Amino acid sequence: MADPGSIALHLGLLLLVPPLLPGLIAKTKAVASGRQGPPVLQPYRDIWKLLGKGAVYSQTTTWIFRAGPIVTLAAALCAGLLTPLVGPAAPLGFAGDVVLFAYLLALGRFFTMAAALDTGSSFEGMGASREATFSALAEPTLFLVLAILCIPAGSPSFAAAFTALPWQTWIAAHPPLIAATVALFVVLLAENSRIPVDDPSTHLELTMIHEVMVLDHSGPDYAFILYGGAIKLFLFASLLVHILVPVPAGLPGLPVFGAGVVAVAIVVGIVESITARLRLVRVPQFLIGASVVAMLGLLILVFRGTL
Amino acid sequence: MHQIALSIPLVAVAILAATAMAAAVLGRNDRASLIVGSLGALVASGLGLVGAVLALATRAEIERAAAWALPLGSIRVGLDSLTAFFLFCIFLIAGLAALYGMGYLRGQQRRLAPAVVGFNLLVAAMVLVVLARDAVFFLLAWEVMSIASYFLVTFESERDSVRRAGTTYLIATHIGVLVLFALFGLLGRGAGSFAFADLARTGSRAGPQLCFILAVIGFGTKAGFWPLHFWLPDAHPAAPSHVSAVMSGVMIKMGIYGLLRVVSFLGPPPAWWGALLVLVGAISGIAGVVHALAQHDLKRLLAYHSVENIGIITLGIGVGLLGRAYGNPAVATLGYAGALLHVLNHGLFKGLLFQGAGSVLHGTGTRHLESLGGLSRRMPTTAAAFLVGAVAICGLPPLNGFVSEWLIYLGAFRGGTDLPARAVGAVAIALVALALIGGLAAACFVKAFGVVFLGEARSEGARHAHESGLAMRAAMIAGAIACLAIGLFPVAAIHLVAGAAAELGGTAGFPSLGALASISSLAGLLLALVGGLALLRMALLKSRPVERGTTWGCGYPHPSPRMQYTAASFADPVLAPFAAVLQIRTHAHLPEGMFPTAAHFDKHVGDMAGERVLVPIWRTFLHTALRLKVIQHGRMQLYLVYVLVTLVGLLLWQIGGALGG
Repeated sequence: MADPGSIALHLGLLLLVPPLLPGLIAKTKAVASGRQGPPVLQPYRDIWKLLGKGAVYSQTTTWIFRAGPIVTLAAALCAGLLTPLVGPAAPLGFAGDVVLFAYLLALGRFFTMAAALDTGSSFEGMGASREATFSALAEPTLFLVLAILCIPAGSPSFAAAFTALPWQTWIAAHPPLIAATVALFVVLLAENSRIPVDDPSTHLELTMIHEVMVLDHSGPDYAFILYGGAIKLFLFASLLVHILVPVPAGLPGLPVFGAGVVAVAIVVGIVESITARLRLVRVPQFLIGASVVAMLGLLILVFRGTL
Repeated sequence: MHQIALSIPLVAVAILAATAMAAAVLGRNDRASLIVGSLGALVASGLGLVGAVLALATRAEIERAAAWALPLGSIRVGLDSLTAFFLFCIFLIAGLAALYGMGYLRGQQRRLAPAVVGFNLLVAAMVLVVLARDAVFFLLAWEVMSIASYFLVTFESERDSVRRAGTTYLIATHIGVLVLFALFGLLGRGAGSFAFADLARTGSRAGPQLCFILAVIGFGTKAGFWPLHFWLPDAHPAAPSHVSAVMSGVMIKMGIYGLLRVVSFLGPPPAWWGALLVLVGAISGIAGVVHALAQHDLKRLLAYHSVENIGIITLGIGVGLLGRAYGNPAVATLGYAGALLHVLNHGLFKGLLFQGAGSVLHGTGTRHLESLGGLSRRMPTTAAAFLVGAVAICGLPPLNGFVSEWLIYLGAFRGGTDLPARAVGAVAIALVALALIGGLAAACFVKAFGVVFLGEARSEGARHAHESGLAMRAAMIAGAIACLAIGLFPVAAIHLVAGAAAELGGTAGFPSLGALASISSLAGLLLALVGGLALLRMALLKSRPVERGTTWGCGYPHPSPRMQYTAASFADPVLAPFAAVLQIRTHAHLPEGMFPTAAHFDKHVGDMAGERVLVPIWRTFLHTALRLKVIQHGRMQLYLVYVLVTLVGLLLWQIGGALGG
């Protein structure tokens, strides 16, 4: 993917589209519950407004608190350069990029959690602790999904994996890929603090996970957090789209990709509308369940010997 | 040229030994003894690094024997790519530790000579361990290494816990050596000599399966494979911090070196060796990090992370052996390269973290997590260095830990594609274990860094903490720069391990990895983006109100440091899924009645290896051994009969052998 046109397209999508997704999810939930809800473009307005505001910092905090949102956003952007959007290849993809993708997101999480602990608040510590627990349990699932995708392709890179997917057969019956899709969707929900793992619209600090970690951030810092979170959601949605349908490179792939990402956002919205958040003690079981599904998929893949 | 490359580390050993002796002679004068010993260690390390780089650059392959013989063996030293790489690790990490130790020991209120002498002898012995080319000489150096480190562990011997840790360590290390005696005995029986060259020639006929098991147990005791790690979490924290850095950073890696060396004698490995090491690595890694999460003592937490990282290294070796067993050099070299690079990386960031922990102890007088907090304002350099170490140990980009874990991941993915289906189970275990270890390590280091350096001070000691001196800070900064350098320039770092990995992987050349350049550019891009976003925020906030307030406490306006989340609370939900296998003991005296009096709650996680695995094994062993008491009566006549029966038996065996042959 060397031509400047597709790089420009990739960057444009990566920088501009992500805030649309939380807007779509919110709209879907509003429609499902019979409300009108905020406009789909509301997240853009929120980010813009926050970028123009001043900030309040707690006296307890240090430079770590200020570094948190910046590192998280930078890591998400770097991960975005490794994730294929339109077409199976990404501008900076390489053999082994799947590992870097996962670890860049982990780097962002590390700094978000550290920034939360920097405030000295017990609520934010609680949130960080929960985030650490759930992300540690989601990590093996993500790698099992990557194994299902990359082992048949012969190289641990998104480009190889998405080029090698067997489109003709898989929608009919391809258990490993069905398992990968289900498991990746659970990882998407967990990593992006969606119901049933976390409720982004809750109002009680005690029950929050992600939201409580960023309680003390304000102004541009909070804008970075919202934007980084949207990018992360967008990247996971893009991975799901690439597993589900072939996305051709260049402009012809744009409608497929766009429709796919919108569909993922709407499905997340529907899931949020029809399920309740799990009790915190149940979340690990949910995540381990997803990794068992992915493990089964991998076993079937290996012992069937074909893809 | 090769001759020079070999003699440089030997000169370094001579300097270390000479300055150790000088420091011992000057023992009454603490200052002089510290300066002489540390300078000796620094000069030797600098010189040794030059030698190691020279050996790596010229791909030195050389062996020399001294004119004196040892009983049963000979003094035989040599260089190859594996030795040169380990020399590089030893000298680099020991040099940084010596620099740190100069500042750290100065504040100690006791005789310094034992620590100085022990440190130099330990480094010298480790150098000889990797140079040795004769089993007897190897074991001699190994023994000096163990005993020197015993004296370092018991440096603060007035404390009861330290003496206990020392004794446990001494027993553990000697059980390991006993197994190594058996191992080299078996190998040497077939070879007729104990020179490594002879052992390598005949190793494949000496019962390689048994030899492999003995090597895993013997060297695994030193390396700290689960459950043989039981001595490690006691011994490493007991030593002075710069010694902990060397013990955790390089000394336990001598077990890895020994394992790799002996496996290379045993001929082509069967697949189950690789599978066994993947399993050992996965269990050590996960058990190590889970126990680390449960610790309240900063240095003990770090010691458990050594078990975790040894697990990661072992996973890499396991993947390498699997690749070797199925004749796939690509998988093998990737696994070995990842394992070896992780040896260096772990040495660097664990050294850094132990030094950071030492500075915390030095600055606050405690290493109990729940009494610390808010140190990043009073100890900014230590905090930044510890953060670098923490990010690196979690394997996160753009630091060095990521590079080595990435190589192991790549080997495992390649193994999944190229190896036959029955090997993929082991490969999948490696992938899942690495991912889980990564996630849990992040949880553990967010906890450790957050509770120690962020938030508000939880005790008077932490409130009045002071930053460390120049030497200590310089050592930490240098270590942090090394971590960043390997993370940013993996293409250069891979040259350190390429030769050894290719040799272990059974192939002529290391494959070129274009992807490393991509990692390098993305790491650079990440740093640039961080800088750019920081500038953007600065520009945005320039003309806008920036206020300072109290942390949001859900409406409560007077938060106190005691209201902060504690390390134990942070770790509790992470540990919950592992509760079934952990030994969690809770002592609670809850408030009860109308007028509750003092309440008390205490939660303690013991090491399951000791209680569930080792103690039962030991009991069974003791029980069996006690049955032999039947033949022990204390009557001289009976013993004489035993001697006679044995002699006659041996005679008959000899005659039978002669007739049969």
